[in-house]
Amino acid sequence: MTAPYWEAVIGIECHVELKTVSKMFCGCPNEFGGEPNTKVCPVCLALPGALPVPNAMAIEYMLRAGLAFGATIPPHSKFDRKNYFYPDMPKNYQISQFDMPLTQGGVVRYWLEDGTRGECRLTRIHLEEDTGKSTHASADGRLAGATSSLIDFNRAGVPLMECVGEPDIRSADEAVAFLETLARTFRELGVSDVKMEEGSLRCDANVSIRKRGATELGTKAEIKNMNSFRSVRRAIASEIARQIEVVEGGGRVIQETRGWDEAAGVTHSQRSKEEAHDYRYFPDPDLVPIDVTADVVERVRATLTETPYERYARYVDTLGVDSKRATQLVDDAALAAWFDRAVAASDGKAQAVVAFVLGDLARLANESGTPLAAGKVTPEALAELVALTSSSAINSKAAKQIVETLWSEGGSAKAIVEREGLAQVSDRGAVEAIVDEVLAANPKVVADYKAGKTNVMGFLTGAVMKASRGKANPSLAQELLKEKLAAR
Amino acid sequence: MDPLKDSARAIARDVNARTTSAAEVAEALIPHVERVDAQLGAYLELTPGLMRERARAVDARVAAGEQLPLAGVPVAIKDNMCLMGTRTTAGSKILETFVAPYTATAVQRLLDAGALPIGKTNLDEFAMGSSGENSALGLTRNPYDLDRVPGGSSAGSASAVGGFEATLSLGSDTGGSIREPAAFCNVVGFKPTYGRVSRYGLIAFASSLDQIGPFARSVEDAALVYDVIAGKDPLDATSVDREVEPAAGALREDLRGVRVGVVKEFGLGDLDAASRAVYEAAYADLVRLGAELVDVTLPTAEYGLATYYLIAPAECSSNLARFDGVRYGLRVDGADVGEMYERTRAAGFGPEVKRRILIGTYALSSGYYDAYYLKAQKARTRIAEDFARAFERCDVIVSPAASSPAFRFNAKSDPVTMYLMDYYTIPGSLAGLPSLSVPCGAALPEDGTRPMPMGLQMTTPLFTERALLGYAHAYERATMHAEKLTPIVILSPPPVIPSPTTVILSLSKDDQR
Repeated sequence: MTAPYWEAVIGIECHVELKTVSKMFCGCPNEFGGEPNTKVCPVCLALPGALPVPNAMAIEYMLRAGLAFGATIPPHSKFDRKNYFYPDMPKNYQISQFDMPLTQGGVVRYWLEDGTRGECRLTRIHLEEDTGKSTHASADGRLAGATSSLIDFNRAGVPLMECVGEPDIRSADEAVAFLETLARTFRELGVSDVKMEEGSLRCDANVSIRKRGATELGTKAEIKNMNSFRSVRRAIASEIARQIEVVEGGGRVIQETRGWDEAAGVTHSQRSKEEAHDYRYFPDPDLVPIDVTADVVERVRATLTETPYERYARYVDTLGVDSKRATQLVDDAALAAWFDRAVAASDGKAQAVVAFVLGDLARLANESGTPLAAGKVTPEALAELVALTSSSAINSKAAKQIVETLWSEGGSAKAIVEREGLAQVSDRGAVEAIVDEVLAANPKVVADYKAGKTNVMGFLTGAVMKASRGKANPSLAQELLKEKLAAR
Repeated sequence: MDPLKDSARAIARDVNARTTSAAEVAEALIPHVERVDAQLGAYLELTPGLMRERARAVDARVAAGEQLPLAGVPVAIKDNMCLMGTRTTAGSKILETFVAPYTATAVQRLLDAGALPIGKTNLDEFAMGSSGENSALGLTRNPYDLDRVPGGSSAGSASAVGGFEATLSLGSDTGGSIREPAAFCNVVGFKPTYGRVSRYGLIAFASSLDQIGPFARSVEDAALVYDVIAGKDPLDATSVDREVEPAAGALREDLRGVRVGVVKEFGLGDLDAASRAVYEAAYADLVRLGAELVDVTLPTAEYGLATYYLIAPAECSSNLARFDGVRYGLRVDGADVGEMYERTRAAGFGPEVKRRILIGTYALSSGYYDAYYLKAQKARTRIAEDFARAFERCDVIVSPAASSPAFRFNAKSDPVTMYLMDYYTIPGSLAGLPSLSVPCGAALPEDGTRPMPMGLQMTTPLFTERALLGYAHAYERATMHAEKLTPIVILSPPPVIPSPTTVILSLSKDDQR
């Protein structure tokens, strides 16, 4: 959609609610929803005299999140007050971090649907607190026309990390891929639910355009109110198109905040820079500085495992899984772990394993509502099955049957093969006898074949398979059928 | 026993020994305070119901065998501390109707120790002031001259203890708000090290300076309160996790071997002759008790006021933002939320509070932060370093607690003149040091008819409260200045113009008619 002459420059800032047990600065439960104003206390309501006490788990989550993207953890950090009046912010200042965030730098590596990859540097991730939610008492819940507003403070004080990305992104698709990787990573780290629909992930995009090849940044607009990945994609694409139209029409992009209108599919101007706040940041005197020792950093680092991006890259680059299937696996951490065990048990036969995992097993899991990892099939049983298939000990029909049996009963694939007599018959003499039988019993079909109707071969193969109760090696059966028919 | 005059220690001893009961103490206090306070105006609200309820609970606990350090001791609480179920106003119209749904940690610790809450005391609005006159909700008088201010901002807490309306009280000190009114009202006022006492439930003025401390009629009683309220609180991140050495049982009787620092920059030259004589005598008494006077210097102390009047307003401008009419307190409706904020805050805050919010907002604003707030923080560090250097040469620093004895109402209409009252107390506040004022005599003001009490300020290194209280105790026991003055407590009918000839001193129940 970008005219070849223009290049978009996009920086993403997102807010992610941390999934701690309690709120950031008090003991209230950190849970989504509930009756309004039931998860509140003197601290998160900012009653006179109440004081904040930081949540250590939230700080650890921040370290986890930062380290997962290779961020630097400075030894000293602190909380600052960001002062501005807003009715759903009880103290009329937000406890945030100004110049000494908990994490600095880092890189988010991401991939797009088509398998191309990219990366975006992080400026920082800092820790702050969420606000309450206002509902305006008008017919449509909007401020315009409302005579009063209701505020629910259940969300006030929920720990929030703000991830600030560098302007390294060049398209709406990349922006979504970046966000998806962030979301996958935070979910897997256990630091957040990352649900855009519940507001536990919210993002803004700074969008500007410049002539392709230029190094200076254009004037940016900040896009807000994007409530899903889909709207992020649409909003950014629409904003890029708008800016190109403005500039090509001889106009100038102005620095402003623009809100995404999902229904109309366009962004609207909300606030220009001239109205920007002076937040009067200063260190919060109610909180002491945070020292993060090297020991703590190493302890947290030691808990980290492969990130979703690393897993994706391993599946594609090392195991040869295609991008789409690799993404499917990466999107389900439990499934991916199960897959990894099966690949290990099957001596690296990843292609065969992934075919079962995302094929028959995924279908069975879907039909039954039981995830594969919680079902009766063990990775080792699948590995056996893969081995049986690849050594031609069973045919694909038997394999399907074994998968069904494993799903409903569990156990070992080998044992099922033995019990059900599903071993493939590849003995030439045995198959030949059955072929002779079938040809003798179907003279009319044989005649048709001789008359040129070679498509009856399928019927004859089926008949051989049926007579062998599915055990005959199908390719051997076909080979023998052709030989015998040719000889007639 | 006389619960109106007895020390906290004596009352607790008697209640624990069951020679009297907390209920009896409460019944003696309630009618007395109701009558006397009509003159002093120390309280914004009395809590007789709560007092009786707590008295019953204390008596039951003592009957069950518990020994409580403050069993049955009547205490007054500065009205910027939350006490569940009581109005907690901070002396402001904006909180005139606010009823606290929880109790401050320091207050809770007093109650747990057996204290009986008499009521909530008046203060300069949001603890901003040095005379008590900035309260939007009432006028508190000095119990030693009803035409004079009690000092501030803990006006009511000082007046109540000085006027025998409470055995003990809690105040808060940001730049001198315990020590200065203590000096004015002839009582001991003690500000512990910043972080020693939890601020949870104390309505914040300047968070990095605010500290709760006791008023008492003796150092020993102040120590008793300190032992109860000091210590780490998980609800206050700035409260210090450091062992509190009990002070009340470890007070010394002399000052042998103690090096007392006299600060060059805190010379007595600016005081009037009568005041100067009081402090010269006090320093001589210290020597008589065995102390060695040492000259020390605090070269940056002169920047104390300027530093304080950037840091404290900056913090207050942010701390007071929550009073917006949205969730509690005063609301004055407007066409939209912005106008509601403006009208509410215009009507709810008094002039001094507005002045400080404006100064603080300016000091923090973009482009001025480095020149004002940041520079003030650097000056604050320098002042603390000066104290640390001074304490290499001495164990305790002494000075006047206030620039003058209590002055007449409306005598200081210029804010800066008022700010200068805290000239001696502010540097120690900026350094977070433990500091107290102990009665050290009286001087007749030029415009006065009665000698007015004065206070000697003592300041020691961080976390040396026990030593500080020990020095003050030794001085107090040797001089007993507090007992040489008698408060005026006028019973009905109140005269229009109080004068010494109308004094009816009444501290025993029999005299109360």
